[in-house]
Amino acid sequence: MQGRLTRVNLAALAIGLAFLYLPIAILVIYSFNDSRLVGVWGGWSLRWYRDLLGNQAMLDAAWASLRVAVLSASIATVLGTLAALALVRAGRFAGRTAFVAMIYAPLVMPEVITGLSLLLLFVAINIDRGFWTVVIAHATLTLCFVTVVVQARLLDFDRSLEEAATDLGCPPWRVFMTITLPLIAPAVVAAWMLAFTLSLDDLVIASFTSGPGATTLPIRIYSEVRLGVKPEINAVCTIMIAVVASVLIVASLLSKLTVASRTQRSA
Amino acid sequence: MKRSWSMILVVAVPYLWLAAFFLVPFLIVLKISLSQTALAQPPYLPVLDLAAGWRGLRGFVTALSLEGYALLFSDPLYLFSYLKSLAIGAGATAILLLLGFPLAYALARTPQPAQGVLLVLVVLPFWTSFLIRIYAWMNILQRDGLLNGALQALGVVDAPIPWLATDAAVMIGLVYSYLPFMVLPLYASLQKMDTALLEAAADLGAPAWKTFWLVTVPLARPGIVAGSLLCFIPIVGEFVIPDLLGGSQSLMIGQTLWIEFFGNKDWPVASALAVALLAVLLVPIVLYQRQQMRALEGGR
Repeated sequence: MQGRLTRVNLAALAIGLAFLYLPIAILVIYSFNDSRLVGVWGGWSLRWYRDLLGNQAMLDAAWASLRVAVLSASIATVLGTLAALALVRAGRFAGRTAFVAMIYAPLVMPEVITGLSLLLLFVAINIDRGFWTVVIAHATLTLCFVTVVVQARLLDFDRSLEEAATDLGCPPWRVFMTITLPLIAPAVVAAWMLAFTLSLDDLVIASFTSGPGATTLPIRIYSEVRLGVKPEINAVCTIMIAVVASVLIVASLLSKLTVASRTQRSA
Repeated sequence: MKRSWSMILVVAVPYLWLAAFFLVPFLIVLKISLSQTALAQPPYLPVLDLAAGWRGLRGFVTALSLEGYALLFSDPLYLFSYLKSLAIGAGATAILLLLGFPLAYALARTPQPAQGVLLVLVVLPFWTSFLIRIYAWMNILQRDGLLNGALQALGVVDAPIPWLATDAAVMIGLVYSYLPFMVLPLYASLQKMDTALLEAAADLGAPAWKTFWLVTVPLARPGIVAGSLLCFIPIVGEFVIPDLLGGSQSLMIGQTLWIEFFGNKDWPVASALAVALLAVLLVPIVLYQRQQMRALEGGR
């Protein structure tokens, strides 16, 4: 499909990328604005970042969000990888159609429905809402994204190494740990990061399933943003963008390093 | 293949987790949608009393009511809310397709390695928070924001236009947030296209628009279907974008559900709204599932 780009193609790319990046760039620039009025440029300043350091509620929410994201992403990665193995390797089993439906439905399910149903479950089994209910809710939502990512890797995968190990008498769990897992590791890491950012991002499901003392960062930001645009919020958002960007850069460098060292070893 | 114990575990663990935290909750929503509001904790009746055995179960079943659903049909507010959500979902999906297609097409045509870099650039905003991206538009669209500033400086308008709290703002927010979800499936199917087909059509004298309509679009069909469903279904139930960018006169269904639950504390009606929303979206969800299944089986 690759070929020479026409002027229309170039225009589509330029307009598309400008549309995607301009709003974020404006948000970041205005987080360094000295003026309290968002429409007025009052010169460069770090005052909103300084104010943020004194905002204990915001810092607590950020800390809660990070813990929820790390825990739920880890649970989701384990369960989602198992689910991907089940889809690709287990062949036909009873209830496979229902299983596939439960994997793909949460990907498109409106969040209000997922959030409401999880909340009603927690009420029905009499669990107090708080930190752990958000972790469970996010793990459930994100495990489906993990499955899709890992499953794609498992599908284009040379099984001859695994078969050789099995023929030589290696037990299944050891085949998985020493051969399969290292081979799908880049996809598993990418899936963990996807689950982590999705959890860090979620407002609706967290609002339904969290309780007192478990306010996540999006819930906190949302309650402030509803009242209008504030420069402090621009600063919080800029920090979040910087965190996600650096995680992505580190991850891509790491994957390049692993690829490089592996090719060196095999050469 | 012999079923080993480890394989059974591999299937059973995620299966049970999803059944417990995805399937069972839906059944509970269905049950509560058939209950009545009550001044109690939890705020609905009847509560299933398993300890009372059969008598308890019979009492429970006879106490179920369709009151929540009756309310949905009697008050035009709810019907209007559903229709508005469907209209906004269809409109936003159409705009996304119109904007996403040229972008995905140009992306698929770009030679490597530039293509890889551009692809990352298109996906990258998806990694930043949804809320942040909507908030970014609040900065631009507010009364003394940058859009009005630019329009006034250029002399296009004299007085600032109230962009926020309009359906136009909601549309902008939706298109902005969902663009990567449209571009990626389109790109995936366009990228596999063979340029020889386009050349053959041109050699045989087909005008460009005809080649596009008879060759490119049919080949991109899986991407068009997947991208449209991937955008349409969640947009219909969207809450954050209409809540932050839209007005309060006419609500989308996600907002109505939120208000019934958090504002009015009417759990049965909120549940009935959720069940009805799911019923409306059932056909597109099943279509999407079948498409994913086909992609999965075709990938082997």
